Amino acid sequence: MTALRQPTDTAYYTVSMLEPDDFAFWRDKARQLVQCGIPPGQVSWTEPGSSGDLFAGEGTQLPVPPADVPQIRASKRFLALAKNVVLHSDPERFALLYALLWRLQANPRIMEDKTDLQVRRVEELDKNVRRDSHKMHAFVRFRRLERDDGEDHYVAWFEPDHHIVRANAGFFKRRFANMHWSILTPKGCIHWDGDTMRESPPAERGDAPSSDPAEELWLKYYASIFNPARLKVSAMMSEMPKKYWKNMPEAALIPELVAGAQKRESQMVAAGELTFDERPETLGAIEKAIDRCRKCPIGELANHSVMGEGPQDAALMIVGEQPGDQEDQARRPFVGPAGQLLDVHLQKAGIERSKAYVTNAVKHFKYVQRGKRRIHQSPAAKEIDTCRWWIEAEREIVKPKVVLAMGASAARGILGRTVSISKVRGQPVPLEDGSELWITAHPSYLLRLEGEAQEKQVKLFDADLAAVRERLAELAV
Amino acid sequence: MAPLRMTVKVVPAETQKNLDFLLPSRGTRTYIEQMGQLSTIEKLGILADAAKYDASCASSGTAKKNSLGGKGIGSTEGMGICHAYAPDGRCISLLKILLTNHCIFDCHYCINRKSSNVRRARFTPQEVADLTISFYRRNYIEGLFLSSGIIKSSNFTMEQMVECARILREEHDFRGYIHLKTIPEADPELVHQAGLYADRVSINVELPTDSGLTRLAPDKNAQQIEGAMGKVKSDIAEMKDARKRFKHAPRFAPAGQSTQMIVGADAASDADIMGKASRLYDGFKLRRVYYSAFSPIPDASAVLPLKRPPLIREHRLYQSDWLMRFYGYQAREVMQATDHDGNLPLDIDPKLAWALKFRESFPLDVNRAPREMLLRVPGLGVTAVNRVLAARRHKTLRLEDVGRVTVSIAKVRPFIIAADWRPTTLTDRADLRTLLAPKQEQLELFAA
Repeated sequence: MTALRQPTDTAYYTVSMLEPDDFAFWRDKARQLVQCGIPPGQVSWTEPGSSGDLFAGEGTQLPVPPADVPQIRASKRFLALAKNVVLHSDPERFALLYALLWRLQANPRIMEDKTDLQVRRVEELDKNVRRDSHKMHAFVRFRRLERDDGEDHYVAWFEPDHHIVRANAGFFKRRFANMHWSILTPKGCIHWDGDTMRESPPAERGDAPSSDPAEELWLKYYASIFNPARLKVSAMMSEMPKKYWKNMPEAALIPELVAGAQKRESQMVAAGELTFDERPETLGAIEKAIDRCRKCPIGELANHSVMGEGPQDAALMIVGEQPGDQEDQARRPFVGPAGQLLDVHLQKAGIERSKAYVTNAVKHFKYVQRGKRRIHQSPAAKEIDTCRWWIEAEREIVKPKVVLAMGASAARGILGRTVSISKVRGQPVPLEDGSELWITAHPSYLLRLEGEAQEKQVKLFDADLAAVRERLAELAV
Repeated sequence: MAPLRMTVKVVPAETQKNLDFLLPSRGTRTYIEQMGQLSTIEKLGILADAAKYDASCASSGTAKKNSLGGKGIGSTEGMGICHAYAPDGRCISLLKILLTNHCIFDCHYCINRKSSNVRRARFTPQEVADLTISFYRRNYIEGLFLSSGIIKSSNFTMEQMVECARILREEHDFRGYIHLKTIPEADPELVHQAGLYADRVSINVELPTDSGLTRLAPDKNAQQIEGAMGKVKSDIAEMKDARKRFKHAPRFAPAGQSTQMIVGADAASDADIMGKASRLYDGFKLRRVYYSAFSPIPDASAVLPLKRPPLIREHRLYQSDWLMRFYGYQAREVMQATDHDGNLPLDIDPKLAWALKFRESFPLDVNRAPREMLLRVPGLGVTAVNRVLAARRHKTLRLEDVGRVTVSIAKVRPFIIAADWRPTTLTDRADLRTLLAPKQEQLELFAA
């Protein structure tokens, strides 16, 4: 304090702030007081609207500093913090800043001492204000109003903790420069018309519109983008505390989303947990077991299980998709129209069906009831994958040298992945147990085609069967 | 633009009667039903749901832009803004959607794979742009994060995505944030286009090992992915260089590129993952590597473990990522913190694990130790270290002073020396880990 004159003045001063967020005003008064050597204990600061300091003295007229007083000092860091801290709602902020400014005169580097209690307090207030501003940038929600002049006007209602509205007008101006907007708050309002910024006194929530047509879309987005398997409510609450919820339309969904999440997740996990017992070791045991199988929804339909048929030591295993209506009634694979077509082509290729083991990738008939008819439905990938358990058991027992999969479902039943038939047909795919897989179209596909397309596909089908017969002959040697 | 053409076979009624209507496993009729007229809100539901497994959400670190004086809309000011938080604790900063969830690929971990039974939908580029703008005007978002399933071909899909960005930038004069997920198989020229419109581009490496990729994403190719990342890296460098010489040279992905790896879908260890991440950071100058705990998806592939996502493991990986990026640890040093199976311990953080393994480096004198060593003290973050360094110029720090700049002195105490503190034999204690590990939490009664 050597630079300043010794405090001789022992009077008590009160500075009444005209605006709660006016940094320039505080700076001017504080500078004047330091120059006159008035210590922090002799100054009190009041905000507009406050009842004032009980001990406030007579002296509202501040002393005039002498002409030869030296410049007062404040570090850049202090000024940066002070500009923000003035916006805080803590009534002590002006006095705290003044106390620090006073100490800065003796120790210009005091702001670096992060263990000093006053420095820490100022940094804490600064942090609060920055956070409040950041949340304002984030959580202001505009609602569109159509004005009488046909222009769109976007209006938001926001409740800040601190006096940050005026200080943050620039952010919204830079972002929405070509929109007309207003932000209404209980601490004053700002309005932008694309050209000038206007201020108005505090407003009430009822002054802002209560809905917006785009909110329905936003709520849908909010509910869809969240992953129920990763529920972490505490993380959400710390970043988006409840006090903000009332002005955010999407927050109304939160309780429902949280309540539903655990249920949704456990359903997904349960759907993936298939607990099978020991794999049956005889075909007879498989037949019994599939009859009771309810591992996927197809098993719940009114249908029978259809077991594969053929010699237990067959060199060739023929796999179709799933039993159809007639197969379901007969409880035998490939007896319907597609089966009859298959018989014709097997004969043509010189393969004896009775020597092959004929089965399906899925063991039950999947259908939808339309009047009296049961209309075939393709099994979903998941259902095929579930049913692989059974076809693998059959393969372990029969141990075919060649597996002929007809159609994409059958191929998935063997491989566990979906393949494109046109890309993989005509060549063997080696399987893990040393056997090989040949893939062709399903005979029902041929039935659905007409004219040239049918002729072409029939030729390909015959060629595939012929190739399988040749391969079987090679392997038999 | 042309509507999506699906080859739909119409079967004559009489054939249908006695035909099983077998083949192929992707039901043809369900498509017709699904492709019927979906409203915008239904599409948004489907395509946001399909996008939620992508972890990235950042909108920070791009060039500063604003719409003052112009005709446009929007601004970016360096710091990202989270406009809302979902109940999973994740930040909602961008409108994160897929252009379509139709896909010709069959990646096992992906809900949108070809063989999955999810509802499908598709936006037009115009719809995406309009939705972005109407959300942006209401201050719901910072911008758009667009990804897509692959329809028709990689190039066709990439073209459509670039078109979304073009409409936003050129027709709406949008100055907000755009993140485009690029498709590694697409023509490099299209990826270049994407970078000219977007703030950030990313390409997912998906899995930490090539073998995992081959097994779980049979249609993808590790060399191709890295090739595309390398191309983006050189484009970024080239454009940066051009801007030094020409003031008006176009910007190319000013927020850089990032990638994502799925954790827990294959057998890769944490050491594998960190090694991969470190190579990616070094090799391709990535801004971020995101780790995404594999989470159960509806209609999942049977190949994958359907269990609760390994969220703690994901968290430990992010911590180790931070150690590499902000604390000056080398990848091999973080790997030293793993257990014998190559995985990070789950009960303590990787920094503490490293400190416990290398106890001979401690205790450190907070009044003398250099910055890079102080950063290795468990419990001292970057901010705390900076405060210690600033404060010790003014006084000799006591334990109490250190306590004021950090969150918990208990964690720091065994590893430091202060004016009035010396941890004597603490670092020699065999049970130090138990002392410092966070207390086991009571298990949730209704946890799944």
